[in-house]
Amino acid sequence: MDFGPHLLLAVLEGAVGAAVLALTALGLSLVFGVMRVVNVAHGEFFMLGAVVAWFIASPIAAHPAIGFVAALAIAPLVAGGIAVVVDRLVLKRVEYDPEATIVGTIGVLYIIQQSALMIYGPEARPVEPPFNHRIALPWVEWGDSGLSFYYPWGLSTTSYKLFVIVAAVAILVTFWSVMSRTRLGLIMRATQLDRETAVAFGIPVQRVYSIVFGFGAALAALSAVLIVPIQQAHYLMGHDPLLLSFIVVIIGGLGSVRGTVVAALLIGMSDGIISVFLSPTLSKILATLLVALVLVFRPQGLYGKKMA
Amino acid sequence: MTVNARSTVLHLGLIAILIVLGLVLPTYHQGNLARILVLATYAIGFNVLFGYTGLLSLGHAMFFAAGMYGCGLAMHLADWSVLPALGMGLASAAALSLVVAVLALRTIGVAFMIVTLMFAQAFFLAALYLGEWTGGDEGFVIAQARRQLAGFALTEPLTRFFAALTVFSVALLLTAWLMQMPFGRILIGVRENEERTRMLGYDVFRHKLLAVVISGTISGGAGAAYAVLFGYVGATFASVQYSIFPLLWVLLGGMGTTIGPLIGAAFMFYLIDYASGLTNAYLLIVGAALVLLTLFARAGIVGEIRKRWVPWLP
Repeated sequence: MDFGPHLLLAVLEGAVGAAVLALTALGLSLVFGVMRVVNVAHGEFFMLGAVVAWFIASPIAAHPAIGFVAALAIAPLVAGGIAVVVDRLVLKRVEYDPEATIVGTIGVLYIIQQSALMIYGPEARPVEPPFNHRIALPWVEWGDSGLSFYYPWGLSTTSYKLFVIVAAVAILVTFWSVMSRTRLGLIMRATQLDRETAVAFGIPVQRVYSIVFGFGAALAALSAVLIVPIQQAHYLMGHDPLLLSFIVVIIGGLGSVRGTVVAALLIGMSDGIISVFLSPTLSKILATLLVALVLVFRPQGLYGKKMA
Repeated sequence: MTVNARSTVLHLGLIAILIVLGLVLPTYHQGNLARILVLATYAIGFNVLFGYTGLLSLGHAMFFAAGMYGCGLAMHLADWSVLPALGMGLASAAALSLVVAVLALRTIGVAFMIVTLMFAQAFFLAALYLGEWTGGDEGFVIAQARRQLAGFALTEPLTRFFAALTVFSVALLLTAWLMQMPFGRILIGVRENEERTRMLGYDVFRHKLLAVVISGTISGGAGAAYAVLFGYVGATFASVQYSIFPLLWVLLGGMGTTIGPLIGAAFMFYLIDYASGLTNAYLLIVGAALVLLTLFARAGIVGEIRKRWVPWLP
């Protein structure tokens, strides 16, 4: 393939990654923004989403779309439910102390991951996509007769990948309208802005925390259900999304929704594009170092306010 | 007896008990104990920063691995003998910890944890990327014939045990002494109240910097010793898990106590050893231990003993 079609392919792959990453990172960012704690187990809720999706979709023999839609509805509920339990049993007991929460959620990370290993096993298993048409993409070329279209070999995407992008955008818009237009969103924003005052105004902050923590985990699980027909479900799959979400949330500014989405596009696209042209390991090394340095020299991120 | 004299007796007594254990235990447990002593040295290094200075690093595996690779590569690729290679390991860890300290100490709290985590991740990925020399995931084995020190074969179980005990004892006595010096007191001051320590006129940044370098160098020394004594170097030792382990050992044993790291490392080692006979999901134990510790015993085993019965425990 020539450079042009190759780049287009890389951009398409990057866009799918970016869409899913934006959803995952948004969950982490929401939890950090409202509760001021870092959920290190976030990647495991992502993994839970994919594994639960496999458990739901694989026994259903009918059209794969039925299993997929069921997984889309149930997996986030399961992950969210487990997150609420974690919040009640662990985070509430340590009174949301930032350092104790990190140590505690590292423990939760291992518990969820190893439970998945025991129940689901070490294999990577695919979930069938609800629909999957190959779409060849055209490219332009200066030929003898001027500008002409042609279909380069290998330049194609699938309808499912395009669906992932559209679905992610739809979820992002829904999330944004919930946060800005509904009473629940108002309560969450009030708690984020000033916990003390929110308590004084009779907002049940403890319940808001549980909801936010569950909601964050559900977002991670939802994005995993979207990606699992493309990637396979595996008990260690939570590692990369966690790291990338960290990167996104830090670059975007901890707790800033707009920054998170912009950074997810930036990181997801460049991760996709760079790893097509460079070795994926090298691109990860560069990205990780870059993020560490952003945190060192500009701890508030691109859009965030100065953090305490 | 003064408190200092009591702690000297405690530490020398502990070392004496370990010598006896090394002589009487069967070979299997002797080997385990040698491994525990080296890992406890790593935990002692971690404890200098976490337990005494109050800085939680989630990236200590990079210091452990820097020592390990510095020493292992010098022996494996450049055919160095044991002592200069150990020196190389210490120097690599010291240099890396200085660079990381200068950068990471610009941040505090959660940001410090994430920055150290990120640097360690970059180090781990670099170890994989440079697989041509490091062997990546598979790592490399240091030839038995190279692992000789002053005519002693470090591959022989009893010699290896005493070599591990020497490394551990040096780290234990060094940190115990350091924490009785004004320098150590200032570190504890930083942990308890950074602002007040600064107000009293101490250079907080310089002390934190030295704490990271000392902590990183001890951890690197443990990594170098591990490479020499057990003859294997691999990228696993640079992974996130190996940053979490010392945290777990120190939390379990008791942060800010001199003997806590050994107690925690020994306890977890045998717990995991036992659990991995039952299931391959033995890391579940690690997770459960972390959650239970955060919830119920933040002071750890030695910390609780100190709080309840023996207030002078160092």
